[in-house]
Amino acid sequence: MHEMSLCENIRSIIEDSARTSGFTKVERVALEVGAFSGVEVEALRFGFDVVMKGSPAEAAKLEIHEVPASAWCMPCAANVGIQQRYDPCPACGSFQLQVTGGEELKIKELEVV
Amino acid sequence: MSQTRLIQLEADILGKNDRYAAVNRGVFAGKGVLALNLVSSPGSGKTTLLCKTLEMLKDRLPLAVIEGDQQTTNDADRIRETGVKAIQVNTGKGCHLDAHMVGHAVESLGVEDCSILFIENVGNLVCPAGFDLGEAHKVAILSVTEGEDKPLKYPDMFAASDIALVNKVDLLPHLDFDIDLAEANLRRVNPKIRILRVSARSGEGMERWTAWLRGAAQMARSSLTDAEAAE
Repeated sequence: MHEMSLCENIRSIIEDSARTSGFTKVERVALEVGAFSGVEVEALRFGFDVVMKGSPAEAAKLEIHEVPASAWCMPCAANVGIQQRYDPCPACGSFQLQVTGGEELKIKELEVV
Repeated sequence: MSQTRLIQLEADILGKNDRYAAVNRGVFAGKGVLALNLVSSPGSGKTTLLCKTLEMLKDRLPLAVIEGDQQTTNDADRIRETGVKAIQVNTGKGCHLDAHMVGHAVESLGVEDCSILFIENVGNLVCPAGFDLGEAHKVAILSVTEGEDKPLKYPDMFAASDIALVNKVDLLPHLDFDIDLAEANLRRVNPKIRILRVSARSGEGMERWTAWLRGAAQMARSSLTDAEAAE
């Protein structure tokens, strides 16, 4: 979808952090990307290399932790795993689900020099 | 060899957009403005529906429009013909409006207190889902000339919307579109979504839609009067 602009956001967060934490080079960037965050991981990897050129994270290793989606099922009163937003509850078949996990989209940590 | 160290950032990648969105939301609340983010595929009849809505409401309420498109000012020109003030935001290569662009547009447009601000997003059911603009509600427009399974194909957007307008219902007799199936699919991805069947062309359902808008605008306005009373 908009992986390039997400990469630009990642770059600006890294540049801010380089100023505040005083580093010049990033060895590794660890992201947390939820199954429902709307992000295409391959497109993000592609955009990452292009967008990081000339920044402290040029040549940094990109580590992506994919977070599976989960939802609260109202009839079961339990948290269940789902694959798609339109999936029914795997236990009772209800669609009365409230997504509780899988929307994450963040930079977890940086390994810096 | 120099030492490497770990920095725990836990930073939301969309955090910057979310902060701009929070500022916009504060501006809207301070002015009693109802802001709506209109999202759909290209060709759903969004601009025609909006023009008709403006015609029906412009003598009752102050209105304003932000038009997002990749290129051209065609849509803002169409809106201005209704007499409502509009500003066009061209996203250039971008596929969505972001909260920063909207904040600027609101400033240049000079949105009146207690008005309804319609933000017509770029025709795209994917990218705008992740970008909060500070709106009170996302309104998804789905036309009956599209597939019934569109909510399943683009679930993020329909899950993020509070209202779905099923547009062009005047064409139903000529199509194989199963509107009940489309609505069932909408509820599958979003059990709480409110669905209104409308036709901007025939006017069907438009009274209910504008009645909903007036109610929501009243809510936005009353939060302003409450705040004034508290001062």
